[in-house]
Amino acid sequence: MASPAVASKVSHRSRYSLRAIAIGYVSVVVLLPLIVISWRVIEQGGAKFWDAISSGQAQQAFKLTAIITVAAVVINTVFGVAVAVLLARYRFPGKRMLSALIDLSISVSPIVVGLALVLVYGPYNGWFGKPLHNSGFDVIYAVPGMILATAFVSLPLVVREVVPVLEDEGIEQEQAARVLGASAVQRFRRITLPTIKWALAYGVVLTIARSIGEFGAVKVVSGNISGAGQTQTATLLVDERVEQLEPGAYQVSLVLIAIAVIAIVVVSLIRPEESS
Amino acid sequence: MTAVLDAPGAVSSDAAPRRVSRPTDTTLRLGAGSGLSLGITVSWLSVLVLIPLAAVVAKSTAGGWTGFWHAVTTPGAWQSLRLTLICSLGVSAINAVMGTLIAWVLVRDSFPGRRLLEIIIDIPFALPTIVAGLVLLILYGPTSPVGINLLQTERGVFFALLFVTLPFVVRTVQPVLINMDTEAEEAAASLGASPLTTFRRIVLPVLLPAIVSGTALAFARAMGEYGSMLLISGGINRTRVSSMYVYQQIENFDYAGAAAVATVLLLVSLVVLVTLDVVQRWTARRG
Repeated sequence: MASPAVASKVSHRSRYSLRAIAIGYVSVVVLLPLIVISWRVIEQGGAKFWDAISSGQAQQAFKLTAIITVAAVVINTVFGVAVAVLLARYRFPGKRMLSALIDLSISVSPIVVGLALVLVYGPYNGWFGKPLHNSGFDVIYAVPGMILATAFVSLPLVVREVVPVLEDEGIEQEQAARVLGASAVQRFRRITLPTIKWALAYGVVLTIARSIGEFGAVKVVSGNISGAGQTQTATLLVDERVEQLEPGAYQVSLVLIAIAVIAIVVVSLIRPEESS
Repeated sequence: MTAVLDAPGAVSSDAAPRRVSRPTDTTLRLGAGSGLSLGITVSWLSVLVLIPLAAVVAKSTAGGWTGFWHAVTTPGAWQSLRLTLICSLGVSAINAVMGTLIAWVLVRDSFPGRRLLEIIIDIPFALPTIVAGLVLLILYGPTSPVGINLLQTERGVFFALLFVTLPFVVRTVQPVLINMDTEAEEAAASLGASPLTTFRRIVLPVLLPAIVSGTALAFARAMGEYGSMLLISGGINRTRVSSMYVYQQIENFDYAGAAAVATVLLLVSLVVLVTLDVVQRWTARRG
């Protein structure tokens, strides 16, 4: 990966200074803040850590985050694989539109995502939300809306990992299987799935990380229901504890940081597997 | 190990030119099963993405063009858009330079701890944004152990945006650099070109599409960022970015005002997507 031949052409002094700039910049922007929060949590002690993450409110928040994450991951995995197969294997009118729409969903501001969902599914003025509300089903200010928001912001993660793998693989194997009389289900299970296995795993890990961390879009559609903390996820709990000057924000944050780091390490372990 | 977490939306980060449209003999016509699958997919996308986004645009233009213009030029909205735009442009520029530099160090340099650096660079992608904001506030807030207080300052907003956009350029440039042939550079160096000249004349032109893509993604992310802005901005008008303005209007039930600024942000995302598409096609054609 590194090219010593070229690297050696660059003088030692400039190589060391570039390295120092890169490490220094990343340290100041990312690493130091993470070290300081960890240190603050350690400083406050193990008992405080346990209290902060095991209070009833915290447990409920983690549980809700888990429910939403599982739902969003299931939706985006099924949908993501279907879209990836369509984009990589088939030709149909509006293909570029479909592709662009999927990419758009991740580059839109999370607050705009939340607003968009409220406008359509809001219980009082929403296009679909009003009739749904009248028939007794609430989307916004309830868990279904939070799942929609999370699925929205993590939409392309599986698709974008799986499409290139399918494109590289080509369709010869599948056509051969088809000629030999394999059904669509058999072809998917025996040929497509093994091909995309690692890319899919990678996309799923990314989706999990993104779903656990989603904040803005979920904040808008959750409607800040206080009291029982009915619609409070882990990230919303961090926000509330900081803004209300309640203790325990650092501790919950550290748990979320640990999950993020684990996700990155898992992904970096999956990567070489996939390319070998 | 190459890119650990791809930039979301970085469709072609690989150096190998992607075929823009595949030869027809490798794609299939829709059959009954795939047709049904397409139908379900498009319906779900409509319900989840298309109709909601259309609702935002519809809401913003419900009062006609003048209503839209009035909502966008309200002092609060205008100020937030200006702040967001200026900060996003500045952050993108810094990212273009620093991202390229970091990618170069990761690919062409080897030193103990390089893998650790790889992991740290991806943290801003995986970290919940509200946690990112809190983490920055601990080090660069009122109780800062290093005596730097960025709370309620534009510099704080700027710094938080640097944090969340750090990986974009690194992750789009890195794979191109890995796949790049070093022969031309060696030839240039052996002919007496200085490292700077070699970089400017040989390396930079190859990296340019990736740098532009990464910078565009970082810009889009910065324009829409909310979670990490919330705590460091400290809830005052001067440091209120557009997404925070939209949130505030939603809280005040001013959906038209929220939708107008949201439409502007949506347009920015669209422009970025089109830019990426153009760069990708241009790169593919150039080969």
